[in-house]
Amino acid sequence: MKPFVLNVALAAIVMSCANGTASRAAWEPVRPVEFIVPAGTGGGADQMARTIQGIVTKHNLMKQPLVVINKAGGAGGEGFLDVKTSSGNPHKIIITLSNLFTTPLATGIPFNWKDLTPVAMLALDEFVLWVNAEKPYSSVKDYVDAVKKAPSGSFKMGGTGSKQEDQIITVGIEKAIGTKFTYIPYKGGGEVAVQLVGNHVDSTVNNPIEAVAQWRGGKLRPLCVFDAQPMAYDEPIADGKAWKDIPTCKSQGLAMEYLMLRGIFMSPKATKDQVEYYVELFKKVRATPEWQEFMKNGAFNTTFLTGADYAKWVEAEEKRHEGLMKEAGFLASGN
Amino acid sequence: MEELANLFHGFAVALQPYNIMLMIIGITLGVIIGVLPGLGGANGVAILLPLTFSMPPTSAIIMLSCIYWGALFGGAITSILFNIPGEPWSVATTFDGYPMAQQGKPGEALTAAFTSSFVGALFAVIMITLVAPLVAGFALRFGPAEKFAVYFLAFCSFVGLSKEPPFKTIAAMMMGFALAAVGLDSITGQLRLTFGVTELLNGFDFLIAVIGLFGIGEILLTMEEGLAFRGGNATINLRVVLQTWRELPAYWMTSLRSCLIGCWMGVTPAGATPASFMSYGIAKRLARRGNNFGKGEIEGVIAPETAAHAAGTSALLPMLSLGVPGSPTAAVLLGGLLIWGLQPGPMLFVEQKEFVWGLIASMYLGNLAGLLVVLTCVPIFAAILRVPFGIIAPLILVLCAIGAYSVHNSTFDVMLMLVFGVLGYLLKKCNYPLAPLVLAIVLGDKAEEAFRQSLLGSQGSLGVFFSNGLVSTIMALGLVALFWSAIQEGYSRLRTAMA
Repeated sequence: MKPFVLNVALAAIVMSCANGTASRAAWEPVRPVEFIVPAGTGGGADQMARTIQGIVTKHNLMKQPLVVINKAGGAGGEGFLDVKTSSGNPHKIIITLSNLFTTPLATGIPFNWKDLTPVAMLALDEFVLWVNAEKPYSSVKDYVDAVKKAPSGSFKMGGTGSKQEDQIITVGIEKAIGTKFTYIPYKGGGEVAVQLVGNHVDSTVNNPIEAVAQWRGGKLRPLCVFDAQPMAYDEPIADGKAWKDIPTCKSQGLAMEYLMLRGIFMSPKATKDQVEYYVELFKKVRATPEWQEFMKNGAFNTTFLTGADYAKWVEAEEKRHEGLMKEAGFLASGN
Repeated sequence: MEELANLFHGFAVALQPYNIMLMIIGITLGVIIGVLPGLGGANGVAILLPLTFSMPPTSAIIMLSCIYWGALFGGAITSILFNIPGEPWSVATTFDGYPMAQQGKPGEALTAAFTSSFVGALFAVIMITLVAPLVAGFALRFGPAEKFAVYFLAFCSFVGLSKEPPFKTIAAMMMGFALAAVGLDSITGQLRLTFGVTELLNGFDFLIAVIGLFGIGEILLTMEEGLAFRGGNATINLRVVLQTWRELPAYWMTSLRSCLIGCWMGVTPAGATPASFMSYGIAKRLARRGNNFGKGEIEGVIAPETAAHAAGTSALLPMLSLGVPGSPTAAVLLGGLLIWGLQPGPMLFVEQKEFVWGLIASMYLGNLAGLLVVLTCVPIFAAILRVPFGIIAPLILVLCAIGAYSVHNSTFDVMLMLVFGVLGYLLKKCNYPLAPLVLAIVLGDKAEEAFRQSLLGSQGSLGVFFSNGLVSTIMALGLVALFWSAIQEGYSRLRTAMA
C-alpha cells in the first residue's frame, strides 16, 4: 500500500507544480488594479480612463476591479512620479497624454518615460484649428491672411495648459506663417471652446471631442486638422460636413502636424507576462462596441501599437517634443 | 408652454418605480458622501460613475445627480455639528451654524440649512425650466476679465467682516494667497514654492487645509476648555423643525437675494463656493442683525446655504447647454454624458428631450426626497451632540483623517491636516480670523489665473477690467463693497455736517 500512497502524493506534488507553472505563465492581477490618470476629472484622459473602466466592468473583462485615480498635481507630474516609485508593482497602470514628455521637460521633475514599462498605444487624439462661426474666414488661407494683417500679438489663441500640446502647436503655427499670437492658457478644453464661442479668444486648436458640440450647434467652424491625412469618420456632423471633410493643415499651406498619445504604461520592472496580460486586456476593450462608439464620438485616430513598435514611436515623439520645446524656449532651466 | 409639456413628460420618466428607487439610493449615498469630509460629491460621483454604464442614460443621470444633491445636503451636517465643512461650499455655513449648535440650537440650525438648501435648489430649477436658453447665453459673455471681476467682488464683499483689526484680516488673507500659490503656475507652466518636494506638486488642497484649520483646531480648543462639548443639552424632537419653519418666512429677503446670487454664480460658472461666501458677506452687511453674524444668527445659515444650493443646481445648466461644467461634480457628470453617448451642447435640448427633461424633473423630485430624508433625521443628527466629548472626539479625528487621506490617497495629506490643525489653534488663540485665510486658499489661484489671463489678452493694460458694461459694473460693485464702511461713515458725517 505504501508505494501507492507515495505515488499519489508524488503525483499530487507534480500536479501542483504543473499548475504553479501554468498560472505563472499567464499572469493575472490578484489585487484591485489602480488606473492612474495624470490629469483632472472630466478631461480627455479622464474620460477615456473611465470609459475603459466602464467597459471592463460591463463586459467582465477582469476578475479584479479596475480603480481610476486622478493624480493631476504639477501638470500630471504627481501621477508619473507615483507610478515611477511603484517599481515591481504590477497592479498599477497609467494612461498618458502628451504631458508624458512636456511635463518633465517644462518643469524639470525627475522623470522620463523610460522609467516606466510601455504597454500599448490605444489611440491618437487629433487637433483641429477652430474659429468662431461668425468670423468671415472660411479657409485656412483667409485665416492666415487675417492673422498676418493684424498687428503682431493681437490675435489671441486659447488653449489648454501652459507649455503643453496646445501651446506647442501654437508655436508651430507661428513658425509656419511667420507671425506671433498671444497664447492664453485655460484649465480645460471645454472651457477653451466656450471662450471661443464667446469671442474672448480668436482661435483654438481643440481636440474634436471638446468642440464637436459647438460645431454641431453652429457656433464654431473647423478649418483644418493637424494630421498627415484627413480623419476617417464620414458621418455628417454639421451642415452636411463630416470629420472626413476637414482638410489637413498641410494641404492648406500650414505645415504643422501634431497628434497626441493616448497610451498605457505600467510601473517599472514589469515582467513580460504582466505586460502581455494588459495588452490582451486592451485588445478585448478595443473590440467592444462601446469603445468603437467612443472613438467615433471623439474622431480619434485608432492606431494601435504594442511592444517594440510602441517604444520606438514614443522615443521618436520624445525627440520631437524636445526639439519643438527647445525652439519655443519652454525647457526648464535645469535641462 | 412647450416647456411645461416637456416637463410633465419628464415627471413621467422620473416617476417610474425603478427611477424613484435609484433616486432614494442616490440621495442616501450622497448624504453619506457629504458627511465624510474630503470624499466630496465629485469623488463620490466619479467612483460610482462606471457602475451606471449598464443603466439607461436617464436613470443613470438621475441617480448620479441625486448623489450630488445628497452631498450638497450632507455637507451642512458636519459644518454645523462639529465645525468641519464636509464640502468647500459649507465653510460659510460653519460661521453661524456651529455657534448655534453650541448654544444648544443644532436642530434649528440644521432645519434652517436643509430648508434653505431646498429653497435655493427649487429656485434654480424653476429658473432652468423657464429661462434655460436665455440664461445659457449669458454665460458666454464671461471671459477672463469678467471672471476676475466676480472673484474680486467675492473678496471685497468679505473684507471687513471680522471684528478683528483690519491688519489681522489682511495678514490672514495674504497667508491664504501664499498657500494658494504653491504648486504648478498654470499660466507659465512652472512649479512654484515646491522646493523639489514631490508631495507639494499638487499645492495645498483646500479641503485638507479646511479640515485641519476648522476640525482639528476646534478639537484642540475644546480639549483646552475642559473636554466639555457645548450644546449637549439640545432639544431633540421633530417639533423643532416646525418651530424653525415658522421663523423662516421672516427672512424671505435674504433668501431671495441669496437665490439670485447663487443662480448667477452657478451659471457664470464660478461655482457654489464663491456664491456661499459672497452671499454670507452681503447678508451680513444688509441684514438688520448683521452685527450679530458669527455669533449664531439663523440668517447667517440661511444666506450661504441657499446660495450654495442655488449655484450647485444652476451649475448643471451651462454643463448641459454649453458643455462647460460649473463645478467639479458637474465636470464628472459631463464625462458621464459623453460615455453614455450624449453630447452636451446647444443641440442636447433639441435632440435628447427625454433625457434633459427627465433630468430636470428629477431635480424637483430629488430635492424634495432629499429634504424629507434629511429633515426626518434632524433629531438623530442633533442627538450626536449628546455623546460625551471623550468618545466623539476620537471619532471626529478618524473621520477627518479618512477625509484628508481620500482627497488624493496620500498619507502626507494626513500629516498636513494635523499641521493645519495646530496652525488653526494658534491663529484662533491669537485672534486671527480664519475665514479670510480660507477664502484666499479657495479662490486665490482661480482669481490669479483669471487676472493674468485678462492681462495677457489685453497685453498688460488694466483697462480691460473696465472695458465693457458688464465687467465695469461688477468691478464697481466690488469697490463699493470694499469701501462700504468708509462710504457709510462719510455719509453719516455729511448728514451731521448738514444738520
